Amino acid sequence: MEGFTPAAGLAGGFLIGLAAVMLLALTGRIAGISGILSGAIHAGEGRSGRWLFLAGLVAGAAVHQWLSGAALPVRELSWPLLAAGGLAVGLGTRLGSGCTSGHGVCGIARLSPRSIVATVVFMSTGIATVFVTRHLLGWAT
Amino acid sequence: MNRAATAAAWAISGVVFGAGLSLSGMINPRKVLAFLDVTGAWDPTLVLVMVAAVATPMILFRVVLRRETPFLDSRFYLPTRRDLDARLIGGAALFGVGWGIAGYCPGPAIAAFSVDLREPAIFCAAMIAGMYLSDLVPQWRASGQPA
Repeated sequence: MEGFTPAAGLAGGFLIGLAAVMLLALTGRIAGISGILSGAIHAGEGRSGRWLFLAGLVAGAAVHQWLSGAALPVRELSWPLLAAGGLAVGLGTRLGSGCTSGHGVCGIARLSPRSIVATVVFMSTGIATVFVTRHLLGWAT
Repeated sequence: MNRAATAAAWAISGVVFGAGLSLSGMINPRKVLAFLDVTGAWDPTLVLVMVAAVATPMILFRVVLRRETPFLDSRFYLPTRRDLDARLIGGAALFGVGWGIAGYCPGPAIAAFSVDLREPAIFCAAMIAGMYLSDLVPQWRASGQPA
Protein backbone atom coordinates (compact mmCIF):
# COMPACT_ATOMS: atom_id res chain seq x y z
CA MET A 1 0.00 0.00 0.00
CA GLU A 2 1.20 3.47 -0.85
CA GLY A 3 -0.08 6.96 -0.12
CA PHE A 4 -3.24 5.70 1.62
CA THR A 5 -5.31 8.76 2.74
CA PRO A 6 -8.47 7.32 4.33
CA ALA A 7 -9.81 10.45 6.10
CA ALA A 8 -9.48 12.72 3.05
CA GLY A 9 -10.93 9.96 0.89
CA LEU A 10 -14.03 9.59 3.09
CA ALA A 11 -14.53 13.36 3.46
CA GLY A 12 -14.03 13.98 -0.28
CA GLY A 13 -16.38 11.12 -1.14
CA PHE A 14 -18.99 12.62 1.19
CA LEU A 15 -18.74 15.97 -0.66
CA ILE A 16 -19.14 14.20 -4.02
CA GLY A 17 -22.24 12.40 -2.73
CA LEU A 18 -23.58 15.59 -1.15
CA ALA A 19 -23.22 17.45 -4.48
CA ALA A 20 -25.22 14.69 -6.18
CA VAL A 21 -27.96 15.05 -3.52
CA MET A 22 -27.98 18.85 -3.93
CA LEU A 23 -28.28 18.67 -7.72
CA LEU A 24 -31.15 16.16 -7.53
CA ALA A 25 -32.99 18.08 -4.80
CA LEU A 26 -32.67 21.43 -6.57
CA THR A 27 -32.82 20.68 -10.31
CA GLY A 28 -34.14 17.11 -10.40
CA ARG A 29 -31.07 15.96 -12.38
CA ILE A 30 -28.58 13.13 -11.84
CA ALA A 31 -25.00 14.34 -11.29
CA GLY A 32 -23.36 12.29 -14.03
CA ILE A 33 -20.40 14.25 -15.35
CA SER A 34 -20.20 12.57 -18.76
CA GLY A 35 -23.92 13.27 -19.27
CA ILE A 36 -23.55 16.87 -18.08
CA LEU A 37 -20.56 17.42 -20.41
CA SER A 38 -22.44 15.85 -23.31
CA GLY A 39 -25.42 18.12 -22.57
CA ALA A 40 -23.09 21.12 -22.49
CA ILE A 41 -21.49 20.44 -25.89
CA HIS A 42 -24.67 19.45 -27.72
CA ALA A 43 -27.37 21.90 -28.76
CA GLY A 44 -30.41 21.90 -26.52
CA GLU A 45 -32.20 23.38 -23.55
CA GLY A 46 -30.37 23.86 -20.27
CA ARG A 47 -26.84 24.11 -21.67
CA SER A 48 -25.89 27.12 -19.55
CA GLY A 49 -26.54 25.29 -16.27
CA ARG A 50 -24.31 22.45 -17.38
CA TRP A 51 -21.47 24.83 -18.27
CA LEU A 52 -21.87 26.48 -14.86
CA PHE A 53 -21.61 23.07 -13.18
CA LEU A 54 -18.42 22.26 -15.14
CA ALA A 55 -16.91 25.65 -14.26
CA GLY A 56 -17.88 24.92 -10.65
CA LEU A 57 -15.90 21.66 -10.77
CA VAL A 58 -12.72 23.58 -11.61
CA ALA A 59 -13.51 26.37 -9.11
CA GLY A 60 -14.33 23.95 -6.28
CA ALA A 61 -11.14 21.97 -6.84
CA ALA A 62 -9.11 25.22 -7.01
CA VAL A 63 -10.68 26.50 -3.78
CA HIS A 64 -9.86 23.25 -1.97
CA GLN A 65 -6.22 23.39 -3.11
CA TRP A 66 -5.99 27.07 -2.17
CA LEU A 67 -7.50 26.57 1.31
CA SER A 68 -5.51 23.42 2.08
CA GLY A 69 -2.29 24.67 0.49
CA ALA A 70 -2.04 21.27 -1.18
CA ALA A 71 -0.17 21.77 -4.44
CA LEU A 72 -0.85 18.69 -6.54
CA PRO A 73 2.12 17.35 -8.47
CA VAL A 74 1.91 18.01 -12.21
CA ARG A 75 2.30 14.85 -14.27
CA GLU A 76 3.73 14.68 -17.79
CA LEU A 77 2.05 11.72 -19.47
CA SER A 78 2.80 11.59 -23.21
CA TRP A 79 0.16 13.14 -25.47
CA PRO A 80 -0.67 9.97 -27.43
CA LEU A 81 -1.60 8.20 -24.17
CA LEU A 82 -3.64 11.20 -22.97
CA ALA A 83 -5.40 11.40 -26.35
CA ALA A 84 -6.06 7.65 -26.55
CA GLY A 85 -7.38 7.63 -22.98
CA GLY A 86 -9.58 10.67 -23.57
CA LEU A 87 -11.02 9.28 -26.80
CA ALA A 88 -11.87 5.94 -25.14
CA VAL A 89 -13.41 7.69 -22.12
CA GLY A 90 -15.51 10.05 -24.27
CA LEU A 91 -16.76 7.33 -26.61
CA GLY A 92 -17.17 4.71 -23.89
CA THR A 93 -19.08 6.88 -21.42
CA ARG A 94 -21.59 7.97 -24.08
CA LEU A 95 -22.12 4.43 -25.44
CA GLY A 96 -22.35 3.16 -21.87
CA SER A 97 -24.61 6.05 -20.75
CA GLY A 98 -22.45 7.13 -17.83
CA CYS A 99 -19.17 7.25 -15.97
CA THR A 100 -17.82 6.97 -12.44
CA SER A 101 -20.31 9.56 -11.14
CA GLY A 102 -23.50 8.73 -13.05
CA HIS A 103 -23.16 4.94 -12.77
CA GLY A 104 -20.62 4.51 -9.96
CA VAL A 105 -22.12 7.00 -7.49
CA CYS A 106 -25.71 7.95 -8.39
CA GLY A 107 -26.66 4.70 -10.15
CA ILE A 108 -25.34 2.41 -7.44
CA ALA A 109 -27.00 4.61 -4.79
CA ARG A 110 -30.30 4.04 -6.65
CA LEU A 111 -29.51 0.29 -6.95
CA SER A 112 -29.86 0.49 -10.75
CA PRO A 113 -28.94 -2.88 -12.26
CA ARG A 114 -27.49 -1.17 -15.36
CA SER A 115 -25.24 1.02 -13.22
CA ILE A 116 -24.07 -1.85 -11.01
CA VAL A 117 -23.11 -3.90 -14.08
CA ALA A 118 -21.47 -0.90 -15.81
CA THR A 119 -19.41 -0.12 -12.69
CA VAL A 120 -18.21 -3.71 -12.32
CA VAL A 121 -17.27 -3.71 -16.04
CA PHE A 122 -15.35 -0.39 -16.09
CA MET A 123 -13.55 -1.17 -12.81
CA SER A 124 -12.53 -4.56 -14.24
CA THR A 125 -11.28 -3.24 -17.58
CA GLY A 126 -9.55 -0.35 -15.77
CA ILE A 127 -7.68 -2.78 -13.50
CA ALA A 128 -6.90 -5.06 -16.47
CA THR A 129 -5.61 -2.10 -18.52
CA VAL A 130 -3.25 -0.96 -15.76
CA PHE A 131 -2.01 -4.52 -15.37
CA VAL A 132 -1.26 -4.75 -19.10
CA THR A 133 0.27 -1.29 -19.51
CA ARG A 134 2.36 -1.23 -16.33
CA HIS A 135 3.25 -4.84 -15.69
CA LEU A 136 3.20 -6.54 -19.12
CA LEU A 137 4.24 -3.65 -21.37
CA GLY A 138 6.26 -1.84 -18.71
CA TRP A 139 4.92 1.62 -19.55
CA ALA A 140 5.49 4.38 -17.01
CA THR A 141 1.87 5.56 -16.74
CA MET B 1 -39.07 28.55 -12.55
CA ASN B 2 -36.46 30.98 -11.26
CA ARG B 3 -33.63 30.93 -13.80
CA ALA B 4 -31.10 32.65 -11.56
CA ALA B 5 -31.75 30.17 -8.75
CA THR B 6 -31.41 27.26 -11.18
CA ALA B 7 -28.12 28.64 -12.50
CA ALA B 8 -26.85 29.06 -8.93
CA ALA B 9 -27.92 25.49 -8.08
CA TRP B 10 -25.91 24.05 -10.97
CA ALA B 11 -22.87 26.20 -10.10
CA ILE B 12 -22.90 25.45 -6.36
CA SER B 13 -23.39 21.72 -6.91
CA GLY B 14 -20.40 21.83 -9.26
CA VAL B 15 -18.26 23.65 -6.70
CA VAL B 16 -19.07 21.09 -3.97
CA PHE B 17 -18.45 18.22 -6.39
CA GLY B 18 -15.12 19.73 -7.51
CA ALA B 19 -13.98 20.29 -3.92
CA GLY B 20 -14.81 16.63 -3.22
CA LEU B 21 -12.81 15.45 -6.25
CA SER B 22 -9.79 17.45 -5.09
CA LEU B 23 -10.02 16.54 -1.39
CA SER B 24 -10.59 12.84 -2.10
CA GLY B 25 -7.55 12.56 -4.38
CA MET B 26 -9.61 11.50 -7.42
CA ILE B 27 -8.23 14.54 -9.24
CA ASN B 28 -4.73 13.05 -9.04
CA PRO B 29 -4.27 10.55 -11.91
CA ARG B 30 -1.29 8.94 -10.14
CA LYS B 31 -3.54 8.09 -7.20
CA VAL B 32 -6.29 6.74 -9.46
CA LEU B 33 -3.82 4.52 -11.34
CA ALA B 34 -2.38 3.35 -7.99
CA PHE B 35 -5.92 2.30 -7.02
CA LEU B 36 -6.37 0.38 -10.31
CA ASP B 37 -2.88 -1.16 -9.93
CA VAL B 38 -4.01 -4.00 -7.63
CA THR B 39 -0.89 -6.11 -8.27
CA GLY B 40 1.49 -3.17 -7.78
CA ALA B 41 1.80 -0.57 -4.99
CA TRP B 42 -1.96 -0.58 -4.42
CA ASP B 43 -3.61 2.52 -2.91
CA PRO B 44 -7.07 1.58 -1.56
CA THR B 45 -8.14 5.20 -0.88
CA LEU B 46 -10.62 5.19 -3.75
CA VAL B 47 -12.54 2.35 -2.14
CA LEU B 48 -13.33 4.73 0.73
CA VAL B 49 -14.12 7.57 -1.68
CA MET B 50 -16.65 5.33 -3.41
CA VAL B 51 -18.13 4.10 -0.11
CA ALA B 52 -18.76 7.65 1.16
CA ALA B 53 -19.83 8.96 -2.25
CA VAL B 54 -22.39 6.15 -2.65
CA ALA B 55 -23.63 5.99 0.97
CA THR B 56 -24.54 9.70 1.07
CA PRO B 57 -27.02 9.65 -1.84
CA MET B 58 -28.15 6.13 -0.95
CA ILE B 59 -29.55 7.62 2.27
CA LEU B 60 -30.44 11.13 1.12
CA PHE B 61 -31.91 10.46 -2.37
CA ARG B 62 -34.77 8.73 -0.52
CA VAL B 63 -35.45 11.85 1.50
CA VAL B 64 -35.30 14.05 -1.62
CA LEU B 65 -37.59 11.77 -3.63
CA ARG B 66 -40.32 11.98 -0.98
CA ARG B 67 -41.05 15.37 -2.54
CA GLU B 68 -43.35 15.52 -5.57
CA THR B 69 -40.90 17.77 -7.44
CA PRO B 70 -37.40 19.16 -6.98
CA PHE B 71 -37.17 22.68 -5.54
CA LEU B 72 -36.42 24.40 -8.87
CA ASP B 73 -38.08 22.25 -11.55
CA SER B 74 -41.44 20.67 -12.26
CA ARG B 75 -40.20 17.05 -12.23
CA PHE B 76 -37.32 14.68 -11.45
CA TYR B 77 -35.32 13.39 -14.44
CA LEU B 78 -34.36 9.86 -13.42
CA PRO B 79 -33.15 7.07 -15.73
CA THR B 80 -35.76 4.30 -15.92
CA ARG B 81 -34.10 1.59 -18.04
CA ARG B 82 -33.20 -1.62 -16.25
CA ASP B 83 -32.21 -3.85 -19.20
CA LEU B 84 -28.62 -4.79 -19.98
CA ASP B 85 -27.39 -4.48 -23.55
CA ALA B 86 -24.18 -4.70 -25.54
CA ARG B 87 -23.98 -0.91 -25.88
CA LEU B 88 -23.94 -0.45 -22.08
CA ILE B 89 -21.41 -3.20 -21.44
CA GLY B 90 -19.18 -2.41 -24.44
CA GLY B 91 -19.25 1.30 -23.63
CA ALA B 92 -18.41 0.70 -19.95
CA ALA B 93 -15.58 -1.65 -20.98
CA LEU B 94 -14.11 0.96 -23.34
CA PHE B 95 -14.45 3.67 -20.69
CA GLY B 96 -12.49 1.51 -18.21
CA VAL B 97 -9.69 1.03 -20.75
CA GLY B 98 -9.37 4.79 -21.25
CA TRP B 99 -9.51 5.36 -17.47
CA GLY B 100 -6.73 2.81 -17.00
CA ILE B 101 -4.54 4.34 -19.71
CA ALA B 102 -4.62 7.96 -18.53
CA GLY B 103 -5.97 7.85 -14.96
CA TYR B 104 -8.74 10.37 -15.62
CA CYS B 105 -12.49 9.85 -15.69
CA PRO B 106 -14.64 12.80 -16.87
CA GLY B 107 -15.10 14.73 -13.59
CA PRO B 108 -11.47 14.69 -12.46
CA ALA B 109 -10.27 15.42 -16.02
CA ILE B 110 -12.25 18.68 -15.99
CA ALA B 111 -11.47 19.54 -12.35
CA ALA B 112 -7.76 18.97 -13.13
CA PHE B 113 -7.72 22.33 -14.96
CA SER B 114 -7.22 23.65 -11.41
CA VAL B 115 -3.87 21.83 -11.28
CA ASP B 116 -2.39 22.01 -14.75
CA LEU B 117 -3.31 22.94 -18.33
CA ARG B 118 -1.46 20.48 -20.55
CA GLU B 119 -2.81 17.13 -19.38
CA PRO B 120 -6.47 18.11 -18.92
CA ALA B 121 -6.50 20.07 -22.21
CA ILE B 122 -5.25 17.14 -24.30
CA PHE B 123 -7.40 14.61 -22.45
CA CYS B 124 -10.60 16.70 -22.52
CA ALA B 125 -10.21 17.59 -26.22
CA ALA B 126 -9.95 13.88 -27.05
CA MET B 127 -12.81 13.05 -24.66
CA ILE B 128 -15.11 15.58 -26.36
CA ALA B 129 -14.08 14.19 -29.77
CA GLY B 130 -15.01 10.72 -28.47
CA MET B 131 -18.41 12.01 -27.36
CA TYR B 132 -19.14 13.45 -30.82
CA LEU B 133 -17.91 10.16 -32.32
CA SER B 134 -20.47 8.27 -30.21
CA ASP B 135 -23.23 10.17 -32.04
CA LEU B 136 -22.19 8.26 -35.19
CA VAL B 137 -22.63 4.82 -33.59
CA PRO B 138 -26.13 3.59 -34.48
CA GLN B 139 -28.65 3.11 -31.69
CA TRP B 140 -29.64 -0.51 -31.08
CA ARG B 141 -33.03 -1.58 -29.87
CA ALA B 142 -33.45 -4.09 -27.06
CA SER B 143 -34.16 -6.72 -29.75
CA GLY B 144 -30.68 -6.20 -31.15
CA GLN B 145 -31.91 -4.62 -34.40
CA PRO B 146 -30.61 -1.24 -35.53
CA ALA B 147 -33.14 1.48 -34.76
